[in-house]
Amino acid sequence: MIQFGQVFKRYPNGYDALKNINFTLGNGEMAFLTGHSGAGKSTLLKLIALIERPSRGQALVNHKNLARVNRWQVPYFRRALGIVFQDYKLLHDRTVFDNVALPLVVAGVAHAEIARRVRAALDKVGLLNRERAYPITLSGGEQQRVSIARAVVGKPMLLLADEPTGNLDAELSQEILDIFLDFHHHGVTVLIATHDLQLIARARKRVLHLEHGELTHDTAARA
Amino acid sequence: MKRVHTWFLRHAQACVGSLGALVRAPLATLMTIAVIGITLAMPAAMIVAVDNVVELSSGFEGPGRISLFLKREVGDAEAAKVAERLRRRQEVAKVEVISRERAYDEFKQQSGFGEALAALERNPLPIVLVIHPSNDAERAATLEQLARELGRLEAVELAQLDLEWVKRLHAWLGVIERGVQIVGGLLAIAVLLIVGNTIRLAVLSRRDEIEVSKLVGATDAFIRRPFLYSGLAQGVLGALLAWVLVQASLWLLSAPVAELAGLYGSSFALGGLGADLSGALLAAGAALGWLGARLAVGRHLRAIEPR
Repeated sequence: MIQFGQVFKRYPNGYDALKNINFTLGNGEMAFLTGHSGAGKSTLLKLIALIERPSRGQALVNHKNLARVNRWQVPYFRRALGIVFQDYKLLHDRTVFDNVALPLVVAGVAHAEIARRVRAALDKVGLLNRERAYPITLSGGEQQRVSIARAVVGKPMLLLADEPTGNLDAELSQEILDIFLDFHHHGVTVLIATHDLQLIARARKRVLHLEHGELTHDTAARA
Repeated sequence: MKRVHTWFLRHAQACVGSLGALVRAPLATLMTIAVIGITLAMPAAMIVAVDNVVELSSGFEGPGRISLFLKREVGDAEAAKVAERLRRRQEVAKVEVISRERAYDEFKQQSGFGEALAALERNPLPIVLVIHPSNDAERAATLEQLARELGRLEAVELAQLDLEWVKRLHAWLGVIERGVQIVGGLLAIAVLLIVGNTIRLAVLSRRDEIEVSKLVGATDAFIRRPFLYSGLAQGVLGALLAWVLVQASLWLLSAPVAELAGLYGSSFALGGLGADLSGALLAAGAALGWLGARLAVGRHLRAIEPR
C-alpha cells in the first residue's frame, strides 16, 4: 500500500524534515508512526496525502508513484484515502450528517446512496442519533468520531490519522483506538501518527519510530 | 446517461447552494447588486440616449436634401416629367418642384436683392427639383452617390448636396458613440472588479470549507462552481436592476420630453431599451458576473491549500 525508498523532504527554508526514509506498509497492515514533536511524523503523513511533495526519493502509495500524480489528479488520488486530524477539521456551519457526507458529495455520489453510506459510517462510530446535531454541540471525543466517520465514508483503502487522540483523555482514546482496530480488521490499511505511548502499547501493532527526520526503529507487531 | 444526470445534479446543487448563500446575507447581496445595477445602467442609459438622438435627427426634414438645378432650356412640362421619373426611384421619398416664378419670388423676398433682380430683363433662375431621400438612402455615402448619379441626368445642370451639417451630425454621433464605448468598457471593468472583490471575500470567508473539501478530494472545478454561480446570479440581478433603472428614468423623462416636443410641433417620443438592447444588457451582466467570479476564484483558490 505504501512504499517509500530513500525519501527526503527539505522545506524551502532549508529545514530537513525527513532524511532517507525507507519502509513498506502492506495491504491491510496497521502501524503507528511515533517520535517526539518535530521528528517528522506529520510531514510523513502529508507526503502520503500529497499535501506536501517529497524533495527526493521514490514514494508509491496505492500503486501510484506520487511524483507522477499531477495537480489535477490530486483530488482523485485523495478520494482513495481517509484522513483524520488532531483538530478534527469539521465544518461548524453544517450538521454532523453534512460533514460526513462531504467526501461523497465532492465525488458526485447519488443522493440516496449518500444518505445510506453516511448513516452506515455514523453507525460504525456510534453517532447515528446525532446526525442532525452541529459539531459545536458535541464533545471532543464525539467530534473526533465524526471526523473518523467522514474519513471512512468513502470506503478508503488507506486510513491516515495525525494525532487522533491528541486532545482526548485515556478513556476516549481507547474508544477511538477500538474504532481504528475495527477498520483494520475489515481490511483497511491504517497508519496512525501519535506520541501516545499508552495507545501504542495497547494496540500491539507495528511501530515506526522517527527521530530528527530519520527512521530509527521499526518494531514488528506483537501477537 | 448517468453521468449527464450526475452532472446536472451537481450543477443544480451548486446553483441552489450559491443562491442560498446570497439570500442568507441579504444586505451585502443587495448592496453588491445595487452597485452593479447602477454601473451597468450608466452605459445602457447612454446608449439609449444616443439611439434617441439618432432617431430624433432622422426625423428632421432636410438632412441630405439634394437640389437639382435644371438646365435653363428645360421648361415646366419637362421638369414635371423628370420629377415624375425620379419619384419612382427607391432612394427617393419625395420630389419638390420649385418653378422659376416661385424661386424668383422667394429670392426677391428673402435675399434683399429684389431691386437688382427687378433690373434684369428676364428671370435668370432655373427650375429646381428638391429631392428628399428615403430613409434607407440616409447614409452620407449613399447620398453622395445618389447626387452624383442625378447630376449626370440630361436635364440637370448641377446637383447640389447639402451634406455639411449631416456629416457634422454623424461625426458628432460617431464621437459620442465612441465615448459611450469607452465609458462602457471602463464600467464593464468596474463590474468585473466589484464582482471579483465580492467573490474574493466569499472565498476567504469560506477558507476552512475549501481546505477541508480539498482534503477529501474536491476538484478545483467543484470548489469553483458555487462561486461562479454566485457571480453569474449577481451579474444577472444587477443587469435586471439596471434595466429597471433605465426604464424608470425614461418613464420619468417621457412627460417633459413630450411637452418639449409638442412645443416644437413634433410628436417625438423617447424610445426605451428594445428587446435586443435588453437582451444585450442581461447577457453583459451575466458574462461580466461569471468572468469576474472566475478571475477572482482562479487567483485565490490556489492560495488555499491544506497544510
